[in-house]
Amino acid sequence: MSTIAVRRRAPIRPGRVLLHVVLATMALAWLAPLAWAIYAALRPYAETSEKGYVSLPDTLNLDNFTDAFTQSDMTHYFVNTLVIAVPAVLLTLFLSSMVAFYVSRFDFRVNLALLLVFTAGNLLPQQVIITPLYRMYLLVDLPGITMSGKLYDSALGLVLIHVAFQSGFCAFVLSNYMKMLPHELTEAALVDGASVWRLYWQITLPLCRPAMAALATLLSIWIYNDFFWALVLISTGENMPITSALNNLSGQYFTDPNLVAAGALLTAIPTLIVYFLLQRQFVSGLTLGANKG
Amino acid sequence: MTTDIAKENPEAAAAPPPGAAPVPKPLYGHRRLLTRRDRVTLGLMATLPTILHIALVWVTALASVALAFTTWDGIGFDSIHWVGLQNFKELFEQNPQFWPAVQHNVIWFVVLIVIPTPLGLFLAVQLDKKIRFSRVYQTAFFLPVVLSMAVIGFVWQLVYNPDTGLINSIIGANEPGKYIDWIGDPDLNLWAVLVAASWRHTGYMMILYLAGLKGVDPSLREASAIDGAGEWQTFKNVVFPALRPTNTIVLVVTIIEALRAFDLVYVFNGGAEGTELLSILVTSNIIGESSRIGYGSAIAVVLLLISLVVIIPYLVSTFRKERRA
Repeated sequence: MSTIAVRRRAPIRPGRVLLHVVLATMALAWLAPLAWAIYAALRPYAETSEKGYVSLPDTLNLDNFTDAFTQSDMTHYFVNTLVIAVPAVLLTLFLSSMVAFYVSRFDFRVNLALLLVFTAGNLLPQQVIITPLYRMYLLVDLPGITMSGKLYDSALGLVLIHVAFQSGFCAFVLSNYMKMLPHELTEAALVDGASVWRLYWQITLPLCRPAMAALATLLSIWIYNDFFWALVLISTGENMPITSALNNLSGQYFTDPNLVAAGALLTAIPTLIVYFLLQRQFVSGLTLGANKG
Repeated sequence: MTTDIAKENPEAAAAPPPGAAPVPKPLYGHRRLLTRRDRVTLGLMATLPTILHIALVWVTALASVALAFTTWDGIGFDSIHWVGLQNFKELFEQNPQFWPAVQHNVIWFVVLIVIPTPLGLFLAVQLDKKIRFSRVYQTAFFLPVVLSMAVIGFVWQLVYNPDTGLINSIIGANEPGKYIDWIGDPDLNLWAVLVAASWRHTGYMMILYLAGLKGVDPSLREASAIDGAGEWQTFKNVVFPALRPTNTIVLVVTIIEALRAFDLVYVFNGGAEGTELLSILVTSNIIGESSRIGYGSAIAVVLLLISLVVIIPYLVSTFRKERRA
């Protein structure tokens, strides 16, 4: 703690100033691409095509944002994403916490193998499984249950693969978390005759709230941002979630980069809101899985 | 989770004396107390999620391996024909995109580990000093990690566009005859994409290292300072070795990210000449015109084998520790 004393005696240290200059420059450089996109999105296309993009603005307005929002029917795609992401996040947490409870609170022989299967599954690149998955989704007939009559091209199909894939990571993180909970808690309840379900639902899960909150934040952002699964497993433009819909739409707008910029930024807004509101949860979620290793 | 890291500290991790009796395992959950109904509940709790996970992830991975030795147009099951190693032979010897894709995946990894990873570590070490505005800096560097890869692709296209992009406009290369086509030129486009990928990866690594640094025992640093070690020496001899578990994670995360790389390139130019990747080759067999299931699976198997080289040692070391704990 000697540094504190030093700082008091010499409030301005050249080293610190230099560090701030370096960090501030880098931070600005990091924000530059986003700032550029915002700047482009705020300017009318007619003006930028005449004056060039690197020029001082005559007009700055939100027209591109409102145009992108209304012309591309973004509300519809946001709803599509919600229909996929909300059940996917909840189901992933529910199913993976059950597995985690099973492997971390009891010493069954299969525990290690089970956890290995889940953890390894989550580390696979998605492209390793996509080809058979795509064929499988085309084979499963669900007349009347999904709009397409198949698992393919349906929100249900996306929910299932998100849950299956992400529960690997969550089971790993939650089982580590549950292992840290004192065993006396559940043992006492068990001796008192509480059922296993009660141990899970009323004792263990409430204690896992911080980890669950962190994972929920992380999963929401990941699933919202998913591009790959939706690209391959959804074929109808109508059914696409927002990220892959944007890719579809940008084809129609390629002549107007300002509008594309506005659309891309609009897509990013929900994740940015989640991040700024739940920054702590998001960051701790990322590192929950990482610190163990 | 800080305790896990503390365990890794050279001091704390002193090996148990040889011959010491293993710590007896606690009697988890008193299995004898479980009623029949409890056992059924527990069984369901474990099997339902496992069935879903195995059916969608592992059965498909194994199906990929099986299909890699067949040809199949995907229409009916009777059109599946066993062809042995033919798909692989064609892939290795005739596909002009395969070896460039392997090479690009390797370059992707090398670039990520050489540039954004040390940069993320540097930022983490600086921001860990509790300087002013630390939060602001942290947010700026971390912002890209929150965005989807697809959005990152769109944002960077605005920077790289030959006509209207930021770079060409600044350096005056946005006029006919002077164009620098960052996305179209096969000699440039991979590097252009990698700048965008590194932009994101730096923040990700910074956060992982920041968490790792929080777990480094402060008394180690103090001891080193008292011994007269400078900042750099303390970092090199005390802090960095204590970050070993974080380094392992960073390495695994970076390799997996390099193998999974897809969205950014897909949005940029669809994996055209210069930016081929294994993931793009697999996917183009599904969403492209040709539906060659066996051939696409063969590429997936190559991707699977490379991933397993990373996944297996990582899991072995992680779970060995788990068992000991």
